[in-house]
This record gives sequence, structure tokens and C-alpha cells, in this order.
Amino acid sequence: MSIKIEHLNYVYSEGTAFERHALRDVNLELPDGQFIGVIGHTGSGKSTLIQHLNGLLRGTSGAVYYNGRNIYEEGYPMRELRSKVGLVFQYPEHQLFEVDVFTDVCFGPKNLGLSPEEVERRAYEALRQVGLKEKHYKKSPFELSGGQKRRVAIAGILAMEPEVLVLDEPTAGLDPRGRDDILDQVAKLHAERHITVILVSHSMEDIARYVERIIVMNKGEVRYDGAPREVFQHYQELEQIGLAAPQVTYLMHDLAGQGWPVDTDATTVEEAADSIYAALAKKC
Amino acid sequence: MGWKRKLSDGYDKVGLAAGLQDDWTGTGGYAEVGIIKGRKLSYDYQKFDEEGNPESTVRAVDAVDLDVETGDFVAILGHNGSGKSTLAKHINAILLPTEGTLYVDGKDTQDESKLWEIRQTAGMVFQNPDNQIIGTIVDEDVGFGPENLGVPCDEIWKRVEESLKAVGMWEYRAHSPNKLSGGQKQRVAIAGVVAMRPKCIVLDEPTAMLDPNGRKEVICTVRELNRRAHVTVLLITHYMEEVIEADKVLVMDQGKVVMQGTPKEIFSHVEELKSYRLDVPQATLVAYELQKKGVGLPDGILSMKELAEELEKLRS
Ligand SMILES: Nc1ncnc2c1ncn2[C@@H]1O[C@H](COP(=O)(O)OP(=O)(O)O)[C@@H](O)[C@H]1O
Ligand SMILES: Nc1ncnc2c1ncn2[C@@H]1O[C@H](COP(=O)(O)OP(=O)(O)O)[C@@H](O)[C@H]1O
Ligand SMILES: [Mg+2]
Ligand SMILES: [Mg+2]
Repeated sequence: MSIKIEHLNYVYSEGTAFERHALRDVNLELPDGQFIGVIGHTGSGKSTLIQHLNGLLRGTSGAVYYNGRNIYEEGYPMRELRSKVGLVFQYPEHQLFEVDVFTDVCFGPKNLGLSPEEVERRAYEALRQVGLKEKHYKKSPFELSGGQKRRVAIAGILAMEPEVLVLDEPTAGLDPRGRDDILDQVAKLHAERHITVILVSHSMEDIARYVERIIVMNKGEVRYDGAPREVFQHYQELEQIGLAAPQVTYLMHDLAGQGWPVDTDATTVEEAADSIYAALAKKC
Repeated sequence: MGWKRKLSDGYDKVGLAAGLQDDWTGTGGYAEVGIIKGRKLSYDYQKFDEEGNPESTVRAVDAVDLDVETGDFVAILGHNGSGKSTLAKHINAILLPTEGTLYVDGKDTQDESKLWEIRQTAGMVFQNPDNQIIGTIVDEDVGFGPENLGVPCDEIWKRVEESLKAVGMWEYRAHSPNKLSGGQKQRVAIAGVVAMRPKCIVLDEPTAMLDPNGRKEVICTVRELNRRAHVTVLLITHYMEEVIEADKVLVMDQGKVVMQGTPKEIFSHVEELKSYRLDVPQATLVAYELQKKGVGLPDGILSMKELAEELEKLRS
């Protein structure tokens, strides 16, 4: 089971002065259970791409298959797709509107036509999964901190029990604690429930720490697609398109250039320290 | 808006902050030190019940002593709710201390007769660029501040020009702000503050909502203002790359200043910073991991370049 994207193009405001070709011949296969990072400079098409995954945007040409079925065919159950592929927008807290946290999280499952008991069960479960303490459930969303609000918004999507969770820059504007809380919870969900997670982020360090595959967007096209250590080998090319590699990549290349037998593929602090330590041990 | 039309159209490209006039008071004040002096500064937010009676208080800033020297670049760290914004709002007298005192450029912020002088001395830039820009055209927006101060027309044109050049946005003077990128909007907001010719600029997470390129633009601009025009800068941020080049770093937790020192001193305490759930530069972390394995590296390594150099020393 998977999502498959074939020759997907998307043009905003086609035929007007504001026409914008935002996706160009995108081909991707996203198998179940992967933790995928999407990077690319602002305007490269990341948000446009992910809005195709649950049918919010309809490709100008090309096709998207969900579990083998073309979502653009006649009579495709779009509503169901929206609940299977949960999309958390950037700054999702702006869309919280209910009187209290719990009611807000119930909104999605309630719309799925589930029984009140099932709606409540899912809301509790989702709030637990994002690590929000029960004392906050009856509070107005506006009484919460930025990080807490964002977790409520994510819980609202999780309560639909999606098979694929897509997060568009979920840590933008948060402090390091809020960022780590959210990413750790998402990683835990991925490990426990084996759902596919697609994370759009500007932080190469976060991407390197969590994901197993990176898709690099540039000017509406997929530029690279592979494991972090493969993709970050192209750090010079990434710089040319306004991106960077994690900072340790630069250190490792620097040391290797000076003749150190270190692993230039290292992308996290731990990998770098281990590799440098091993290289030092060899020397002594 | 009569002053606007007189802006000279000839655009000569100058380096950031280079176009600022020498007579700007921001360049002065070298002789005096201690532009900001706080003593046992505390601030309580009042909570009210439904009838509007005071119910409880939250001590957001707790007995802080604050000393910032003229021309310094100070970074303030601390997780959300630690009191950074509350402290920042004292510096241009948006908030007044519940207890203790704060002097800005020798003026007591509680002295009402000095309010406008204080506001002029210390300008503020906030997180969300969309809430700070009021003009419908860039140059108009930048001119609002001096206009409100009653600056004469000729002088306003001069200031708008020098401020927009200082932030590298002069080319965009006739644009509508809502067409600009986040980083550009923040630079316009900074120009609006610069047009008041403050001695000190306080920036409260100015890059939190920006992408990496926008962040670079804004931080470069602020650094140049500090280096070339000697404007004192207080920068609240969570991004390590913005902190490591500061002259001084303050760490806040639960309303108190719990650590202060040079970046090197502060980042020598990795465990303590982690206990406040703050970030540490990646190079510092790699060095720290190696130290834990018994590698004899010095504390407080801040950059990958420094780390590579120290490792080379070990090898030879
Ligand atoms: N609603 C829209 N109308 C017109 N153009 C748009 C719209 N949304 C995005 N675009 C354009 O499409 C391109 C891709 O944008 P987006 O997918 O938002 O990129 P990213 O998420 O990578 O920043 C950009 O050039 C952007 O200006
Ligand atoms: N307008 C307000 N009313 C009541 N409490 C507030 C207000 N603003 C901030 N606080 C409280 O003061 C404390 C410090 O907040 P703040 O200065 O905003 O911290 P920071 O900027 O470090 O996130 C927090 O406990 C916060 O909840
Ligand atoms: Mg986007
Ligand atoms: Mg704040």
C-alpha cells in the first residue's frame, strides 16, 4: 500500500497574469510506514505538493494513486481520503476555534459521523498522543502556549486516525523545547502506530535527526530523493539552490580534506562524534 | 504625507548601514557606558476575576539586575514563558517595573516626563512583521515614526532614505509592504525603528517566523547596524547561529537571569543549558560528546571551524 504520484503538474491561476507553474512533472512513490522529510527553499512547491496528497489541490495534469486507486477517477471517495491523509498546515493554531481544547479535537471525528463514544475515545487518545496534560482539556485554546496550541491542532488531525500524517513546518516559531516536544511525539507515533509521516521543515538538523528519506524540491521539481546521508553528500549543490547540509556535514568534509579517516556521511551530532572518536583512536 | 514626494530618486547603492549620517546620535555616547541599567527589576502581571477584581499575580520578571554597555550586542535566551518579552518591553517603557528600577541612557523609565525620550532612545522590533507595518507604501511606513516625533519634513526625507539604505531596502521604497517576503518586511520594520535614530534596538524573536534566507537577511542587517553605527542591540532568539557572535549572552528562566557571560562562557555549560531546555550550537555538542568519551578538548567551542582546529592540535 502506498501513495504514488505520476507526472504531476500544478499551475496556479492558469491562463491569468498570475499564472504560476508550481509543480513540474513530479513522480514519487511513498510506501507505507516511511518517515519522510521534504525540504526546499520558500516557493519551491513543498506546500503545493503536500496538498495534492489528500486531494485539496487537484493536479493540472498527472495522477495521484492512493493504495492503487487513482484519486482523480470518477466517484473517488474524497472525504474518506481527507481523513486517511491527515494534513497539518503551517501555523495550524490559527484554525483553532472551539470553546475548549477537547471540543476542538472532537470536531474532525464528529464530522466523520462516528458515535459520540467513539469521538470522545479518539479525542482522548489523540490528546494523549501529543502529550497534552488532562488539566488543559477544558481550557480555551487561547489560554495555551504556542507549542501547546500547535499540539492541540495536531491532535485534531490524529483524532481522525489517519494512515498518513503530513506536517507542514510544524515547529516554525516554536522554542527549542516546543520543537523537541512535537518532533519527539511525532517520532513516537511513527514508531508505535507505523503510520507514514511526511515532515516539511527548514531545519536540516531536525531532518537529519528524524527522517529516513529526504525529498528535495527546487522550482517545483524533485531535485533529490534518498536517504539523508546520500542527499547531504550533495551539500554544494544544495547550497546552490538556497539550502544547506546539517552543520556536522561541513565539519566531516573539512576533516576528511585534512586527511582524517572520518565518515563524511555523518549527519547527526552522535554520528559525527563517534566517527571522529574512531579516527582519533586509529591515530594513537 | 507631503514629505514623501521629495525623496531623491537617484539610488546609489551603498553598503548596509553605510549611508547613515555621522550626526546620528546612535554613533555618539562612546564616552558613557551602561546604556541600560536595571536594579532588582520585577514585574507582576495581574489576573482579574469576572468582576474585574484582582485575583492573582504572576511574577514574570523576578529581581533582575541588568547591565548593558553602549554598543554591545546582547543575545537573550530562555524558553517560552521565561520572561524575555516582559523584560524587553521595559526597555522602551511599554511596561514599568512593579519593583526595582530601570535606567535607559541615564533616564528612569518611571519618570513620565522622559517617556518620549526613552521611546526614542530604545526602539522595538517584534516577531510578526505583519503586525508592525502600517503604511501602504514602504517609504511612507518608515516615515511614520519621525513624523509622529514632529521631525521637520526635510529631515524626515533624509531619515527615510538613510534608514531604508541601512537595511538594504531602498530599492523597494515605492513597493507595497504586503508584496514583500517575511525577511524584507522585517527589514522595513527595522528601518522604521532606525528612522527614529535610537541608541538601542530591542528585537524580540525577529526571525522566528522567517525562513533561513529571511533570517540571514535580518541578522546581517542588525549586525551591520551594531558594527557600523554602533547601535546597542538586544536580540531575543532561539537560533544558535544568531547567538554565537554576540558580545554577551543572558539566559532567563522563571523570570530570573540565571546565566550571563560571553558566548564562550555560556556554552561551556552544556548540561546546565540542557536543563533549561535550550539549544546548544552543533559544534559545541560534538565537542561535548567527544569530551564525554575522554577526548581532551577545551570547553566552549562554538563553531565547526574552531572544532576542526582544536582536533588538528590533538592529532599533531
Ligand atoms: N494560492 C496561490 N496562488 C498563486 N500562486 C501560489 C499560491 N500558493 C503558492 N503559489 C506559488 O506557487 C509556488 C510554490 O509555492 P508553495 O507550494 O507555497 O512553496 P513552499 O511551500 O515550498 O514555500 C510559489 O511560486 C508560490 O508563489
Ligand atoms: N499579558 C499577560 N498577562 C498575564 N500574564 C502574562 C502576560 N504576558 C506574559 N505573561 C506571563 O508572564 C510570564 C513571562 O512571559 P513572557 O515575558 O512573554 O516570556 P517569554 O517572552 O520568555 O516567552 C509567563 O508566565 C506568561 O504566561
Ligand atoms: Mg510552504
Ligand atoms: Mg516572548
